[in-house]
Amino acid sequence: MQERVRISDSQVNTDLTSSIFESSKLYWILVGFLALVVLCGFTAAGYMFNRGLGVTGLNRPVMWGFFITNFVFWIGISHAGVMLSAILRLVQAEWRRPATRAAEVLTVFSLMTAMTMPLIHAGRPWRVAYWVFPYDWARGIYPNVRSALVWDPSAVFTYLTSSILFVYIALIPDFAVLRDRTTGVPHIIYSILSLGWRGSVRQWKLQIIAGILLSAIILPIFVSVHSIVSWDFGTAMSVEAWHSTVFAPYFVIGAVHSGVSAVVTVMIILRWMFHWEDYIRREHMDSLAKLLIVVATAWLFFFALEFFFGLYALEGPEVALRELQVFEAPWKWYFLTFLITSYLIPVPMWLIPSVRRNLWLMAFTTILVNVGMWFERFIIIVPGLMRKQAFVFTWGGYTPSIVEVTIITATFAMVSMLVLLFAKVVPLIPIGDAKEGMILHDEIKIGKVMVPAVMREE
Amino acid sequence: MARKSILGLFDNADSAADATDVLLEAGATQDDFDVLTGSPYPEGAFGEKDPVHHIYVFPIIGALMGLTMALVLTAGTQVAYPMVTGGKPILAFPAMTIICYEGTLLGAVLFTIIGIIFESRLPRLRLDPYDARINEGYIGLLVTTEEEKLDDMERALIRGSALEVVHERGRALRG
Repeated sequence: MQERVRISDSQVNTDLTSSIFESSKLYWILVGFLALVVLCGFTAAGYMFNRGLGVTGLNRPVMWGFFITNFVFWIGISHAGVMLSAILRLVQAEWRRPATRAAEVLTVFSLMTAMTMPLIHAGRPWRVAYWVFPYDWARGIYPNVRSALVWDPSAVFTYLTSSILFVYIALIPDFAVLRDRTTGVPHIIYSILSLGWRGSVRQWKLQIIAGILLSAIILPIFVSVHSIVSWDFGTAMSVEAWHSTVFAPYFVIGAVHSGVSAVVTVMIILRWMFHWEDYIRREHMDSLAKLLIVVATAWLFFFALEFFFGLYALEGPEVALRELQVFEAPWKWYFLTFLITSYLIPVPMWLIPSVRRNLWLMAFTTILVNVGMWFERFIIIVPGLMRKQAFVFTWGGYTPSIVEVTIITATFAMVSMLVLLFAKVVPLIPIGDAKEGMILHDEIKIGKVMVPAVMREE
Repeated sequence: MARKSILGLFDNADSAADATDVLLEAGATQDDFDVLTGSPYPEGAFGEKDPVHHIYVFPIIGALMGLTMALVLTAGTQVAYPMVTGGKPILAFPAMTIICYEGTLLGAVLFTIIGIIFESRLPRLRLDPYDARINEGYIGLLVTTEEEKLDDMERALIRGSALEVVHERGRALRG
């Protein structure tokens, strides 16, 4: 933590609440533009609900397309929150402090967005309730809990509820800061949200325990969510090429890869937009990039396992899928794009220390990762369904319609807009955490150098 | 006997820690005072008593409740309306395990949250005595004692180099 500067508590409050009390013209232009894109998405979805799924590119045998790809993608992004926040809290990594809130908030909004995807994909979202909630008393039929369709909502609902509560609990001390810095209606709202927090020894102790305890409980949820998403594929009886036992860990580590990359991108944008140079420092990018090298390489290992062991048995459906992915256009181009952008460009770049500390290059490489990871899901889903197989009377491809493209674009705008709007009501760097970092930071002299001495709570 | 509170404000942790010694000398016990800060300090930094809590019980109770609820949902609905699908057993263990797993963890999270709020003694309807400067870096030494001892404690706080003694809630700062 050599780049840390000592800042007074009052200054920390002012800096980290600047996103709430001050807004640049650029901020509102950006939010306005994103809102416009979201509006286009809602219009497209409304049009699709009115006209039916025929306005999409979905047709036999490819009945899962952009929407389900996007569902898996956003679920993946949501894994950033727990990966960074929970694991780094548990191991008490000092450099977690500026990253945790952004990661948790990204989790919540990407999960919310992910949940809209199957609803939209259903064509008639109101009918999805039949599958999920045991409400159909009149006919005495309950959802079949043996169906993978119920596993997904239960896992995502658990993860979303836990993540929202995790964010809220960590926000209580920050709400108290905002309560003490506002008047009028905002003061009343922040007073209610802060629950009368005063910052007693007991409250801070419980706050620290909460971070560790909730992290430990949410971690198994985080692992289960993407595992269950992978079982949507793995348990699909009619698509043999998805019958892979390695799908669960492969999906989970892929989710962490794209999620942590997304957090880095968000942190760089926040630093630039709100001038948080003293809080989100180059050393944090350096640490995150090192973490990403490990995660990306672990993901590559699972990808290789899935690819080679799938082919090893030379089963027809698997070979047909790989032929499509690797040799036939346009899939081979998507496959190449996916490999190059998710690993071959970013990881060698992250091995160079100057790249890890260059914010532009870090933003570029982490965006590349997510381009690649989106394509990864796309080339698993669509070629898996459109492979040539016996007893299928239509062999067809998939070309997304403008309706699907608009809705998918709107989801990216929606997550970005929600994160920016959230920054308008709460600090996206935990104030208490930032101050604790200042308190615990001290320097000791060893020989002829001054080195940081960080004391950690046990 | 009625107990009342006063709040001594200090501009640094060292003087607040020293003031706790003065309070003890003046006849206060460790149960009579609490330290209010704008950020977490290492345990024992002010010589305060380690707060006793039972937070770890909450997730266990929650997990058991969640597991029970999930079992009732999965087994209950299937047994009540048995319908064989795909030749699988009515109570299919692998499928039930997934819902039970999620239910257990959801229960654990919900009860942990309840536990944290309860053990933090929240929600608190009145802040008094409190001062908004605590969140700006000041340290508050909150003394709660019998009304007749209050003057002695106030003198002790001033003797312990408190910058100010607050009897009622301080004004909110403007951002």
